Amino acid sequence: MEAQFGDYVALLKPRVMSLVVFTAFVGLWIAPVEMNPFVAFCAVLFIALGGGASGALNMWYDADIDAVMRRTRNRPVPAGRVTPDEALGVGLFLSGLAVVMLGLAANWFAAAFLAFTIFFYAVVYTIWLKRSTPQNIVIGGAAGAFPPMIGWACATGGIGIESLLMFALIFFWTPPHFWALALFMKDDYSNAGVPMLTVTHGRTVTRRYIFAYTLVLAPFALALGLTPVGGPVYLAVAVVLNALFIRGGWRILCRTEDQAAADSYRAEKSFFRLSLYYLFAHFAALLVQHAAGGW
Amino acid sequence: MGLRAEHELHRRRRGRNTGLGLVLLVFAILVFGLSIVKIRQGDMMQGYDHRPQVSRLPVDADASKGDPGRVPVAAPGTPAAEALQKDMP
Repeated sequence: MEAQFGDYVALLKPRVMSLVVFTAFVGLWIAPVEMNPFVAFCAVLFIALGGGASGALNMWYDADIDAVMRRTRNRPVPAGRVTPDEALGVGLFLSGLAVVMLGLAANWFAAAFLAFTIFFYAVVYTIWLKRSTPQNIVIGGAAGAFPPMIGWACATGGIGIESLLMFALIFFWTPPHFWALALFMKDDYSNAGVPMLTVTHGRTVTRRYIFAYTLVLAPFALALGLTPVGGPVYLAVAVVLNALFIRGGWRILCRTEDQAAADSYRAEKSFFRLSLYYLFAHFAALLVQHAAGGW
Repeated sequence: MGLRAEHELHRRRRGRNTGLGLVLLVFAILVFGLSIVKIRQGDMMQGYDHRPQVSRLPVDADASKGDPGRVPVAAPGTPAAEALQKDMP
């Protein structure tokens, strides 16, 4: 079956792209150097395009895994609507285009950062780590954590403690978010042979890790509130959300597998939902704080 | 069957072509808009040779008083002025 335009859009993982757009925009907008709104818009667009390109490269390489997992088997490559070579071509072309255009629109440091992020996601995570270690989510999560740093670099041309803390916020949020998903989507990853922590170390260990990461995450989230981009609004949001996140992690830790199966993984699903709000609310709070003025 | 009968394949191909056309149009608009903004901001347009160019440097008004033929020159104290000094015989 010949591909439709929407299939090529699907290659770019629009849902993941929305997170990239939002966090990159926040990183760019709250930076101390003001950018022309149109240049800022273009910069965020090219960061998103780079993120989408790495998604296409991921779909090219992971077509065999995607074909096995229920959640991903309808993606354009495993479904046969787009050939792997096409996905590779789209990924490489858009990667180059996004990097060059970001360099021209913003600066070459941000462009190099975007190129590194694409490399990290496509090569380090997808090709190297994903199939070889249960820490795949931990290290690979860095790729998803770079966009606010790239946004910040677009405006300032460099790195700051604020952008590093935004990175840490996403970096330490990613593992508990995905491990909670792995707890209730249990067959998918094991069928595909992906060494998720739930498969290699067991579900009890995974529960322990989720709780541990909520504890590690909280200081970084709160510390961001003490930097110049923080303020009372952000700090209040961070305190409440981190308390809820730690409580959610604690609930997951205290449950046995039988208890979880008995109520269809209610606590795990609710923690997963909370994790989505958690990240969105932190970055939204940064925007609100920026509009209201920081410390 | 006449050649004008539309096949599913033609519909898909037309959708793809329309989509690609729109993407290219948006891209052209973005590049045009970026160019306008960059020119209005007065960003570096000739910075490729890493050498200060007299035509792009702020004019030193005092320098023209003695010898009008020497203007424009780099403002004193700027790195460009130092570079020009070195180039002078």
